Amino acid sequence: MNALPAMLPETTTAGGFLLVLTLILPFVGVLAALTLGGRHARRVAMLAIPLGLVLSLAIVVEAVQTERTLVYLLGGWAPPLGIVLRADGLSAVMLLTTAVILLAVALFAHADFDTPPGTREARRPFMFWTLLLAMWGSLNAVFLAGDLFTLYVALELLGFAGVPLVCLDERAETLQAALRYLLFALLGSVLYMLGAVLLYGAYGTLDIALLAGLVRPEPAAFAAAALMTVGLLAKTALFPLHLWLPPAHAGAPAAASAVLSALAVKGSFFLVIRLWLDVMPGIITPAAGQLLAAFGAAAILVGNVVALRQKRLKMLIAYSTVAQIGYLFLMFPLAAGLSAMQLPNDPAVTGGLLQAVSHATAKAAMFMGAGLIYATLGHDRIADLAGVGRQLPMTLLAFALGGSALVGLPPAGGFLAKWLLLSAALTTGQWWWVVVMVVGGLLTSAYVFIVVMRALVTVDAGNTPKMVVPRHREAVVLALASLSFLLGLAALLPVDIVQIGRPQPFAAGLP
Amino acid sequence: MNLALLFDGMLVVLILAVAVWTVTVRDSFAAGIGYAVYGLLLALAWVRLAAVDAALTEAAIGGGLTSVLMIRATVRLRAGEAAARAATPGPLPRLLAALLGGSVAAGLALVVLALPDPAPTLAPQVAEHIATTGLGNAVTAVLLSFRAIDTLLEAVVLIYALIAVWTLTPDRFWGGRPGPKYETDPNGMLAYLARLLPPIGIVVAVYVLWVGADLPGGKFQAGTLLAAMWLLAIMAGLTEAPPISRRWLRGVLVAGTVVFLAIGFAGVPLAGAFLAYPEGFAKPLIVAIEAASMLSIAFTLALLVLGPPERRDQA
Repeated sequence: MNALPAMLPETTTAGGFLLVLTLILPFVGVLAALTLGGRHARRVAMLAIPLGLVLSLAIVVEAVQTERTLVYLLGGWAPPLGIVLRADGLSAVMLLTTAVILLAVALFAHADFDTPPGTREARRPFMFWTLLLAMWGSLNAVFLAGDLFTLYVALELLGFAGVPLVCLDERAETLQAALRYLLFALLGSVLYMLGAVLLYGAYGTLDIALLAGLVRPEPAAFAAAALMTVGLLAKTALFPLHLWLPPAHAGAPAAASAVLSALAVKGSFFLVIRLWLDVMPGIITPAAGQLLAAFGAAAILVGNVVALRQKRLKMLIAYSTVAQIGYLFLMFPLAAGLSAMQLPNDPAVTGGLLQAVSHATAKAAMFMGAGLIYATLGHDRIADLAGVGRQLPMTLLAFALGGSALVGLPPAGGFLAKWLLLSAALTTGQWWWVVVMVVGGLLTSAYVFIVVMRALVTVDAGNTPKMVVPRHREAVVLALASLSFLLGLAALLPVDIVQIGRPQPFAAGLP
Repeated sequence: MNLALLFDGMLVVLILAVAVWTVTVRDSFAAGIGYAVYGLLLALAWVRLAAVDAALTEAAIGGGLTSVLMIRATVRLRAGEAAARAATPGPLPRLLAALLGGSVAAGLALVVLALPDPAPTLAPQVAEHIATTGLGNAVTAVLLSFRAIDTLLEAVVLIYALIAVWTLTPDRFWGGRPGPKYETDPNGMLAYLARLLPPIGIVVAVYVLWVGADLPGGKFQAGTLLAAMWLLAIMAGLTEAPPISRRWLRGVLVAGTVVFLAIGFAGVPLAGAFLAYPEGFAKPLIVAIEAASMLSIAFTLALLVLGPPERRDQA
């Protein structure tokens, strides 16, 4: 099929060096933060993240203008001997999303993670800023690496950056939650590694583009696909491998939760897309796609129902993440169904990725909003949220906008994503996924509605806030939520960025 | 030939037996010892597979440092061992876990046996291009030239791991010294060894680093050896672990990666690509990266074994 173009030797494209800079900048940040130490860690992060945003914007612009994948041959060596960095539309969108969310988180967390005066270096702020940079570098490596082993290293980085974010607060429960996360992450890495080793043993290369042309339906490839997928699902926290995620959120600071839910789990999800659609599209059977989406459907139902039963706002949002991760996996049978009908699979792929971006922005905003509510009230019991609407109007609006994005109201990104997925489901006659999406949407709207209604109740006595939250922190949360809510307008863009660099085997000759 | 086969067969049986014993033994200290033996046996297996680089690393990391880490951990967890054992899952979940693990292993074995023979390999391509690196050891050429980005990122993984360990520091000890203050008999056996071995260890480490360019060896093995020597001196009470807030220490930790990045970026104008080496200068530059990385690896590994700070920095 696409073996021929893949066999042509790749060369570094225009703008390829942007990929190197985007990959290395966060690591330089980590090294600088570690060496300079103390309050410099925050300065380094506040400097590097906006710079990284500019770089990822430049990558998007370059990809849109040239309408092709950006490539950089590291050391000048072409695969299979060497390793390339690649940024297609999927990578470019994820790089940009990551940079935007990290900037919002950094602005939000600026006040929370300040080194106390008179101290040269304090553990919590120093670690937070260093880990934020560390997480960013790992994600960029996941989005850019074109080689399965480099991606393994990137996954390891992602785990080691994510786990300590869970136990920034010094308590026994957070340590236990972090250990549990570590065990899932390590199990995932081992399984992924085993699969990569099998693929190398069978085909003699680890390069994604080369493998795509070589992988055949045979035991080694099937075993590799199964092992790597299960490993990545454990890291993505797809039901029933989600057990680490809610406790991890329970004791993490709001900003850390935002990063974990919005970004960390998206890194491993991104690799599932790469694996299923780019490395081994030829051997994935429709039944496998149905199975993966069945876990997704179970996640949507279980996650939403458990979310409805939560007493704490933060745990409600955490279980909502369990459910929203489920939606991400509906794209696989739909993409397979479209391809089987000789139709382009872009509605499913664009819908799936848009769902990831929409959830990332909405969920980051909601976790940060919940953090502000906790700071103001001194608790986050859903039953006692009365008065929040008056005290934190912008935060509550942000929560409602983020919630609408999760439910999928127009013009939210979630609306466009679900619309694309729904239309793909109807085109391919897979009506059962339509049912799942509709029921999931209803459950989601139920808990968003409950929280907003509770918070809108006014209290006459007027509760005294434990802490007055500065308006600019509310504004950051609202800005991110608004972004999520307006993401659906991406439909009006002249180009579908996600599809840049994607093979379009069936596009020719279709109306 | 048959003797070799017999030896290999015995090695395989022994590795499996030690692995099963390590997993099933109830006492965690014993499991730690089993793990160390397992690492050394694996190193032997790598030697039999003619992968001497992997064997050296396995012996140093798997058999050496990780075992120290395990044994130290089990000694520390002694107090909670009875409680932990009481919370161990019952026979049914354990049986299910064993079945799951066993069937995955069996499936893997079947798939591995079905892999193409001879295996597809990049070795001819490496041989074709190794001349550009000026190196004789193909493994070093792959690690520092063809797949240099992996090695660079691996160095960052080590730093991340140390950051993760340091996150566990109690706030009041932040910036302090890792591990307890070791006090041993200054005339005892340990102190004697800690005086005797490090000079030899340092010379061997430098040798392993240097020959790594052409023969099995390199920064990782050498760095592990250095770390072991330093740990020996610390545990014998001859010297103390430095407070983690020291800027020189932070500098040493990142030095390897900084040198790697600097040489990598110098490749952009001088050799046409990030992580490319200018013609004729590949070997000296690679040796420079290896030397700096050896120091960083040695310090990082030793600090990983020592763990988070446990006491204030008393000057």
